[in-house]
Amino acid sequence: MSRFDWLSEYLARLEDDHLIARHGDNRALAPAHRLELDAEDWGPAGRIAAAMGLRHAGVWADPLGPGPMESDTEIEGPAIRVQACLEQGGDYLILQTLVSQARPVLGSHTPAYPGVDRLERHAQDLTGVRFLRHPDERRWTRHQAWSADDYPLRADFPIEGRSAGRTPADVDYPFTRIQGSGVYEIPVGPVHAGIIEPGHFRFQAAGEDVLRLEERLGYVHRGIEKIAVGRDPQGLIRLAGRVSGDSTVAYAWAAAQAMERAAGCAPPPRATSLRALLAERERIANHLGDIGAICNDVGFAFAHVQCARLREQWQRRSAALFGHRLMMDTLVPGGVAYGLSETGFRELRLDHAALHKTIEPLFDVIDDHPSLDDRLIGTGILAQADARALGCTGYVGKASGLDFDVRRDSPYAPYDQVRVEVPEETAGDVAARVRVRMKEVRASLWMLDRLLDALPEGEIAVPFPRPEEGAMGLGLIEGWRGEILCFVRFAEEGRIARYFPRDPSWFTWPALERLIHGNIVPDFPVCNKSVNGSYAGVDL
Amino acid sequence: MLFSEPRQAEGSWVSSPSRLAITLPYYYETRFSMFRILKQSLRTGVVTEAAPSHNDAELERLGIEVRRHIDARFGGSLAIRQVDAGSCNGCELEIHALNNPFYDVERFGIHFVASPRHADVLLVTGPVSRHMETALRRTWRATPSPKFVIAAGSCACDGGEIGVSYASCGTIENVIPVDVKIPGCPPSPVDLLKGLLGALEIDR
Ligand code: SF4
Repeated sequence: MSRFDWLSEYLARLEDDHLIARHGDNRALAPAHRLELDAEDWGPAGRIAAAMGLRHAGVWADPLGPGPMESDTEIEGPAIRVQACLEQGGDYLILQTLVSQARPVLGSHTPAYPGVDRLERHAQDLTGVRFLRHPDERRWTRHQAWSADDYPLRADFPIEGRSAGRTPADVDYPFTRIQGSGVYEIPVGPVHAGIIEPGHFRFQAAGEDVLRLEERLGYVHRGIEKIAVGRDPQGLIRLAGRVSGDSTVAYAWAAAQAMERAAGCAPPPRATSLRALLAERERIANHLGDIGAICNDVGFAFAHVQCARLREQWQRRSAALFGHRLMMDTLVPGGVAYGLSETGFRELRLDHAALHKTIEPLFDVIDDHPSLDDRLIGTGILAQADARALGCTGYVGKASGLDFDVRRDSPYAPYDQVRVEVPEETAGDVAARVRVRMKEVRASLWMLDRLLDALPEGEIAVPFPRPEEGAMGLGLIEGWRGEILCFVRFAEEGRIARYFPRDPSWFTWPALERLIHGNIVPDFPVCNKSVNGSYAGVDL
Repeated sequence: MLFSEPRQAEGSWVSSPSRLAITLPYYYETRFSMFRILKQSLRTGVVTEAAPSHNDAELERLGIEVRRHIDARFGGSLAIRQVDAGSCNGCELEIHALNNPFYDVERFGIHFVASPRHADVLLVTGPVSRHMETALRRTWRATPSPKFVIAAGSCACDGGEIGVSYASCGTIENVIPVDVKIPGCPPSPVDLLKGLLGALEIDR
């Protein structure tokens, strides 16, 4: 089948609606195709994409500053470029447009794509782009650290901010209320009861049943996008590896991939294979930890202890071979920082076999244990329609019948050389998410051995050439949570002008709000753990 | 080999699930699960390791800095309230690992509690994001005295990759007083354990 068979139809439909789309330089954001739109066509283009069933993979704004403009526009003064990513069948399309910083107004995509609600509000809070007809006018990432008419990502905003005083709590955030007899509210967080990240959950409940859950995040906003500006490629990878620590390899890879595409640099085959090895190790470690934690949330300590011990052994091997228990800082622009010795190779083989042998009986127990079944089956069901509407990827999407996986559907090296098994379940409940994760552990373990079988010889890194000023790159990596998108634009001297990483959790956090509906309050922890959105990954 | 096959209970009765066939069908499924669980547990054996050494030189080598002496003893038991004040969540993964069977901190009387009101110690990670600044202060105020603050991770100790900005207050010390610092990005569970045990002994 020819790739991208939906693009011509999309273009035709745009034309039917008298929208003008110009083709951008297609190497610039490969593998995505690029369409340049007029600002007033932005909203309708989103609506048409939604009508065609394309998945929205996120939107971000890029204040271009006062520097030289690349295209001939009528915009006077500084401009902001807004880009959105659409996907279907593994083909990606970037829509882009320019607005003036003085009057940055665009039609919102949220009415057609509820999943981008918070991404648009994030862009508004940080760059000042206003999305008209957005159904929710409230701030999202901004609490009280800067004022409503300040936009941290604009060039004129000082990195140290404008106030040195204490930052008050964001007490006035207008939560949605439900009223009725017997309806009560449970506020939770930002400091939670366990060892977890901070965020606020507002439950409206009647009796035990959750009527509504509203999330309020942004507590761990660390200004990642701002402090990325001016870094060199190596510095960006170090920062990327700390956006969401549990996905350090995937983030580092996404940033490396975006920068390498922008610079026209191809990492050697041995390096990409080793990156995949690290990424699959990361997937296994996190799934093991989470499967155990989900079981623990329903009082099944046995699985928790077993999974925790396996995870610990796994991390120790990572430390021994790759210098770090979470494999932080193992990637460099142009390759990887650690090779794999003959002994390391053999040790991995033995590990894989041993883990395989251990998980089989363990997963058998988890898969069919009456007390787990009681609590996990039918709990926290995410309907396929909701998962699709929100654009969920990763195990959340896969457990609700959406089997998209970047490694298989838009393969990047070395996944173009190895078979990627993508598990799919349809029940959409906590049990289905656990099953998907167990299958992914098995699949990754199998894949690890195939990667070792075919591990190419040669260099593990090549020198990273200096990218041209204005060069852009898109990184698309299947992290353990799902698709991670990363946008990079370079300034002069190979410095970063814009870094935007989009975590899959942007779409699964709203999914949690939907799937908790009608469940009982005490089941929230297990539902939450089964989704396990990253706070740090979306707060940035 | 890290994944060594643990000592197996030779000829153990649990290895023969066929005996279960004689149990009542109603209980069959549950029982069978129980036996599989017992079998796996026996196979695994005990993996908990001896406590790491934590003499002064060691602590110093780890850069664990003791700023203030605490006045009262915690009676050999330490109740910890962990607060993520802006971490990337890497530190949390390693703090979690303290509860795995290899480290099993509970055996030292160290346990994690759900409220600062029950805590002797705040174990704080991350740089302090400005959005968490007030929450951290309030958590600190809610902790009864004598209280003890441990900053865990490079971000918490010196700002790490994040530092001070419009969004971040930088180190924990910039917001609340800190007694012990455990650097590392993230600190390994062994480093965390040494730091905690060191904190326990400060006043002895
Ligand atoms: S010290 Fe490292 S692991 Fe810990 S929060 Fe900071 S960046 Fe993350």
